[in-house]
Amino acid sequence: MKKRLLDIAHARSGDKGDTANIGLIAKHPKYYPLLVKRVTAARVARHFKGMINGPVERFELPNLRALNFLLHGALDGGGTISLKTDAQGKVFSTALLRMEIDVGGRR
Amino acid sequence: MRSANHPATVRVAGGQGFWGDWLEAPYRQVTGGPVEYLMMDYLAEVTMSILQKQKSRDASRGYATDFITQMERILPTVVERGIKVTANAGGVNPRACAMAVADVARKLGLGGKLKIGVVTGDDLLGRLDGLIARGHDLKNLDTGRPLHDVRDRVLSANAYLGAAPVVEALQRGAQVVITGRVTDTGLTLGPLMHAFGWAVDAWDRIAAGTVAGHIIECGAQASGGNCLSNWKTIPDLANVGYPIVEAHADGTFDLVKHPKTGGRIDVAGVTEQLVYEMGDPRAYITPDGVADFTTIQLDQTGKDRVRVSGIKGKPATDKLKVSIAYFYGYKAVGTLVYVWPDALEKAKAADRILRQRLQDLGLAFEAIHTEFVGANATHGPLALKGLDTTAIPEVQLRIGVRSPDKERVDRFTREIAPLILNGPPSVTGFAGGRPKPEEIVAYWPALIDKQMVKPMVEVVDA
Repeated sequence: MKKRLLDIAHARSGDKGDTANIGLIAKHPKYYPLLVKRVTAARVARHFKGMINGPVERFELPNLRALNFLLHGALDGGGTISLKTDAQGKVFSTALLRMEIDVGGRR
Repeated sequence: MRSANHPATVRVAGGQGFWGDWLEAPYRQVTGGPVEYLMMDYLAEVTMSILQKQKSRDASRGYATDFITQMERILPTVVERGIKVTANAGGVNPRACAMAVADVARKLGLGGKLKIGVVTGDDLLGRLDGLIARGHDLKNLDTGRPLHDVRDRVLSANAYLGAAPVVEALQRGAQVVITGRVTDTGLTLGPLMHAFGWAVDAWDRIAAGTVAGHIIECGAQASGGNCLSNWKTIPDLANVGYPIVEAHADGTFDLVKHPKTGGRIDVAGVTEQLVYEMGDPRAYITPDGVADFTTIQLDQTGKDRVRVSGIKGKPATDKLKVSIAYFYGYKAVGTLVYVWPDALEKAKAADRILRQRLQDLGLAFEAIHTEFVGANATHGPLALKGLDTTAIPEVQLRIGVRSPDKERVDRFTREIAPLILNGPPSVTGFAGGRPKPEEIVAYWPALIDKQMVKPMVEVVDA
């Protein structure tokens, strides 16, 4: 069965220079292992293909049942240089929540 | 070690998350219930360059003027209740800011009742050539380039100071501590170190005070503002209560807000703020120490009350971060609104026509960036997957250019309006007129050896 991340997680994002960060937080502890397994750095890089021009790093925060992603080269130079509406990556988080992941079980 | 002089609990209220935050918040924080400290963050990365420019025109300026208006409003309460204030409103001229606060205090009849601490030593602009000559090349942390490459365009350079000078000012009796580029977290950690007598190498406590500072430094973003988790059920944001750290000597703290205020403090919302602008969670580096965010435990211990505990820290590094601003070039962004039917197709056609004209004029840019607001501006191609784009009622074409050459950017701004009459149909929304070329002041993050920066503290009577 597939679920949209929006239904099992929430998120907030911000910036450091040309890098956007996305903190992805499981809505319930039972979803955290699923996020760890399915929402890999490689998967996130594929999800944002064409929107970022650098690598994706992932860090785990099991204590907060959260994953932190760094999306490098995401902000057209970032801060004041960027020509983007979302120059500070404030809503990158919501774009990640569009991702669908396999949550197991029958459909 | 706790002595009889140290309180069991200390409350630090967050009053401003940035210069431009809600003007009502500081007053509500000092009057809405008991607090011992009010912290206010005013400095974003590029703010210092704006302030440096103001100071170069008028030596009595260069600080966050809103802070003076705020102090005029809250000083009577602050003095009456013995509340202490920490703020990095001093910008590039903390002394002038302190003088302005002293003037306000005297005007309010509070002369002689107030000591003001002034923290300086962060401003490296006048020392840059000396530092570079002595081998401190202030490499850009993102690109690795030495500062030498843009030296003649540097507008401001400030080392991030930590909590130590804030603690010193408080120990010397300052009730209002005005700083230059002190870290946002240092404005909360400083009061806690002072109140509880925490040692500078009590790394777990330093980390705990840093995490507390990180949570409240963005104002209401920790108490229901900009919170995605169950956002529709967050009560009464019109009356939102800004966050308050209720700290204990052992480094644990509760996050709360004043009674009878709106917003919400829950584990989900605090978690959102913890991950905001996060890098490697195991190493949140400040001048004061290194906090490990993977050790933080959150528990909902009451309505609008989250307990934060378990925080571990590591020793401080021997570097300080330096925030440098330099002149980069020019940019301009133009917009037009295209309307159904075929709103997106029309906007796309206009973009193609505009780009063709720029090319025909021989105008090359460092970057041209097009967004179709209402369709793909923030979610890119992800937004249009499976969407019937012919149903979109309106799309804003938003096109921007960037160049070191101001004239090119200016010429671009003259190519927007003609499209209204000589481009695709059903276009409107040009009431704002021709866009203006804007100067780009860019950010250059670097590191410097800690020993090269000496924070200075003065305490003056109002």
